[in-house]
Amino acid sequence: MSPLARTAQVPAATDPSLIRNFCIIAHIDHGKSTLADRMLQSTGVVSARDMKAQYLDRMDIERERGITIKSQAVRMPWEVDGVTYALNMIDTPGHVDFTYEVSRSLAACEGAVLLVDAAQGIEAQTLANLYLAIESDLNIIPVLNKIDLPNAQPEKYAEELANLIGCDPDDVLKVSGKTGQGVEALLDEVIKQLPPPVGVADAPARAMIFDSVYDTYRGVVTYVRVVDGMLRPRERVQMMSTGSTHELLEIGVSAPNPVPSKGLGVGEVGYLITGVKDVRQSKVGDTVTNSLKPAAESLGGYEDPKPMVFSGLYPMDGTDYPALRDALDKLQLNDAALVYEPETSVALGFGFRVGFLGLLHLEITRERLEAEFNLDLISTAPNVVYEVMGEDKQLTTVTNPSEFPEGKILEVHEPLVSATILAPSEFIGSVMELCQGRRGTLRGMDYLSEERVEMRYTLPLAEIVFDFFDHLKSRTRGYASLDWKADGSQVADLVKVDILLQGEQVDAFSAITHRDKAYSYGVMMTGKLRELIPRQQFEVPIQAAIGSRIIARESIRAIRKDVLAKCYGGDISRKRKLLEKQKAGKKRMKMVGRVEVPQEAFIAALSTGEEKKK
Amino acid sequence: MSFYVHIPFCTVRCGYCDFNTYTAKELGSGASQASYAATVSQEISFARQVMDKSGLPHREIETVFFGGGTPTLLPASDLVSVLARINSEFGLKPGAEVTTEANPDSVTRESLQELKDGGFTRVSFGMQSAVPHVLAVLERTHDPKGVPQVVRWAREVGLQVSVDLIYGTPGESLEDWRTSVEAALSYEPDHISAYALIIEEGTKLAAQIRRGQVPNIDDDDHAEKYQLADEMFAAAGFRWYEVSNWAKGEGHACRHNVAYWQGGDWWGAGPGAHSHVGGLRWWNVKHPSAYQQRIDGGISPGHGREFPDAEAVKLERTMLLTRLGSGMPIAELDEHGRRAVAGLIADELIEPQSAFAGTIVLTQRGRLLADLVVRELLDF
Repeated sequence: MSPLARTAQVPAATDPSLIRNFCIIAHIDHGKSTLADRMLQSTGVVSARDMKAQYLDRMDIERERGITIKSQAVRMPWEVDGVTYALNMIDTPGHVDFTYEVSRSLAACEGAVLLVDAAQGIEAQTLANLYLAIESDLNIIPVLNKIDLPNAQPEKYAEELANLIGCDPDDVLKVSGKTGQGVEALLDEVIKQLPPPVGVADAPARAMIFDSVYDTYRGVVTYVRVVDGMLRPRERVQMMSTGSTHELLEIGVSAPNPVPSKGLGVGEVGYLITGVKDVRQSKVGDTVTNSLKPAAESLGGYEDPKPMVFSGLYPMDGTDYPALRDALDKLQLNDAALVYEPETSVALGFGFRVGFLGLLHLEITRERLEAEFNLDLISTAPNVVYEVMGEDKQLTTVTNPSEFPEGKILEVHEPLVSATILAPSEFIGSVMELCQGRRGTLRGMDYLSEERVEMRYTLPLAEIVFDFFDHLKSRTRGYASLDWKADGSQVADLVKVDILLQGEQVDAFSAITHRDKAYSYGVMMTGKLRELIPRQQFEVPIQAAIGSRIIARESIRAIRKDVLAKCYGGDISRKRKLLEKQKAGKKRMKMVGRVEVPQEAFIAALSTGEEKKK
Repeated sequence: MSFYVHIPFCTVRCGYCDFNTYTAKELGSGASQASYAATVSQEISFARQVMDKSGLPHREIETVFFGGGTPTLLPASDLVSVLARINSEFGLKPGAEVTTEANPDSVTRESLQELKDGGFTRVSFGMQSAVPHVLAVLERTHDPKGVPQVVRWAREVGLQVSVDLIYGTPGESLEDWRTSVEAALSYEPDHISAYALIIEEGTKLAAQIRRGQVPNIDDDDHAEKYQLADEMFAAAGFRWYEVSNWAKGEGHACRHNVAYWQGGDWWGAGPGAHSHVGGLRWWNVKHPSAYQQRIDGGISPGHGREFPDAEAVKLERTMLLTRLGSGMPIAELDEHGRRAVAGLIADELIEPQSAFAGTIVLTQRGRLLADLVVRELLDF
């Protein structure tokens, strides 16, 4: 066995039997990127010297957070028994917000390496992706990573994995991405265990898009897996969901830097460049075909990205509004799931209502807007999408509490999720209490081992978007993991709670909550604002109301004294400087009616969950 | 033009005080109370030379104020000699107001008579409170029972009399404060100053509050006490003419202090004293020893100076004139300030009639929120 292939297979001229397409399924910090790096090194496509730590995670934010958001694909040569194979490693996003992207990456593969930290065992996220992989009929290679760690328990977790996927514990491979131990054996097993791709070479071309990335210099780079036929440079291709056609300016493979090729054949994975500037013209899940000889049917499975969580984003400084719009336009080039439309808030001015796949997507987008575009932003409390039926029996889609219809409401539909929670069994009671408090319904419970239990709940999405995960973590001393996916909707007794300052409604603080929780939201928000808003020269009542009914009230007492008692000869300069300092340091205020509200108060009042997270 | 003379000596330092003053122990060598009158008189002569060279027209002195410290720790003859030097160098204008601050237990009928004979017209007693436990927190050592006596003596020798009060001391109840105000009124002074206690950084009281040994002061308590005093003073025939100052009838306002607030020129003599002449503000070295060395060496005791620009002058005028019962002419406000006037009337911060007549005059509520009014008028 010689680990390094002497020659590589040439793209567009590789027999499908010599191709293996696989991905790695792993939890956030279980070492996927380190293992991927080690594979790049072992196969010689990246020298140790060029190895940028965690080569596959390109975005800074991803690297900072140690998570993978966008996948990439790398072609690597590997030799077994004197035959050189082409391995395509397709990296998958590792977060619950990107389930659809994960499913498309999986659909591009024949097998998956299930990578689990030998010191921690499997997590809910991994379990969820594992289910997706099994549903897609992928062959699973179970692997325990980090076996070099002193606290690794490979036997225990090999047993757990074997139970889960129904294999022998001895079949579980043991590797260390850090030291390289077991990595070459794993590459051998990928070739031995995974089936080669199957397709019809002389059929009209069909390739599935599993990722689409905007590059400043090259426009959109589209990553595809060819299923049937062949794609060649300079052909015209057609996107089957929209019918739009483009010229293939370049086609090639990532090794991991782009290498143009004469085409991509059955089973091959690579990239296309068509000169389009917007990832929405090259959608994940879409089928690419030849426009002169188009396929009759697409590969199926395409879905438009559907935002689940909405939040208002406002520039701290109103003059930054155009800059925010430009920044969102730019981000959208690379993020087909990002949707937004202009919105005006009485309290916050001009901004955008932005839809996200989930909370992480929201946080990442916000951070990128601030870090890459240098914007200071206020974001309103995230909310989900409701369908509200008023007396006219018309359903209104509500993505913002301010759109909640006035008057009598017949029904409110809220989105549900099915959630999987993995936790040590000692915390079952605590997790159940949390889920019940969030209006959850227990759907089932299984022991993965004596110490670990999997609980399945149906929960309203609105109950988990804010701070559910933080609470889950704190109740289980950090051991629980969570995964969820959208699962229909239900009718619920939901109301809109408004917050009024001196009788003026502050739209940014309105919230849609379950009736049982309206009071506690009202008390919480009015109490918080009482602390955050400085005393004014008049008393400021703060009220929470459902419609015209006041459910909670607080008041900020009027300030009674704001004057220096003494001001004689020597005090004059001192007092003037004091006032000059006040003038220079004057905080940016938003006027709500006659009440001066510092920006900080809005931010602090709206950032409930985030404080706890840090 | 006015003269301020700083007397930087006290027998003890009070717990709340951060003024530039020194006890004998703190003073050290190189400066002495005995030679102080002569030293400060030298600065007065120096002032005359500077003024002559400055090209500013010569002006007689309309008001003189001896402050401290405790001016009456010096023999009355010393104070009189310093006043005589001002008179000989600059000339006191007929009817000039000459005030000294005094600690109630550092004067006698004779010393007050001597001051009166030497040209003083007014004495301001640091009464602070009539309530022993309040005086104890302030660490004032005088016996409150002695105050009516010294006020009577001052009146008998023909001096105008002012008493100073402090309200809002930790532990002072509203009733305590009422007692003090009643006591002050019962002595029948011509003038009363009442100041909210300010906790200054670096004082003993600030440290006691920080350590939790003494409760902190409270703005709402201050406001309540201000209102009580203002109403009691008004009922007794006193009229406010500045945020913290009330005078009985016309002619008893402290003209010296009014000059400060109206942007007048004054020379401040003595360590740490501030001056304002011809738009320039400067201040002397703080320590009496350093001050004496400068004077002995024939060098100006000036330590720092500033020349406020137009923007700063505008701010100063607004913050000072609005403090006065005579008010601030609306004509001096810029467009934004004039636009704020209606709102201030609506918020009952300024007197409507005065505003109609073209002047900003604070209401009682406005006096308590004077800084807020200034910010409104200057748009920040």
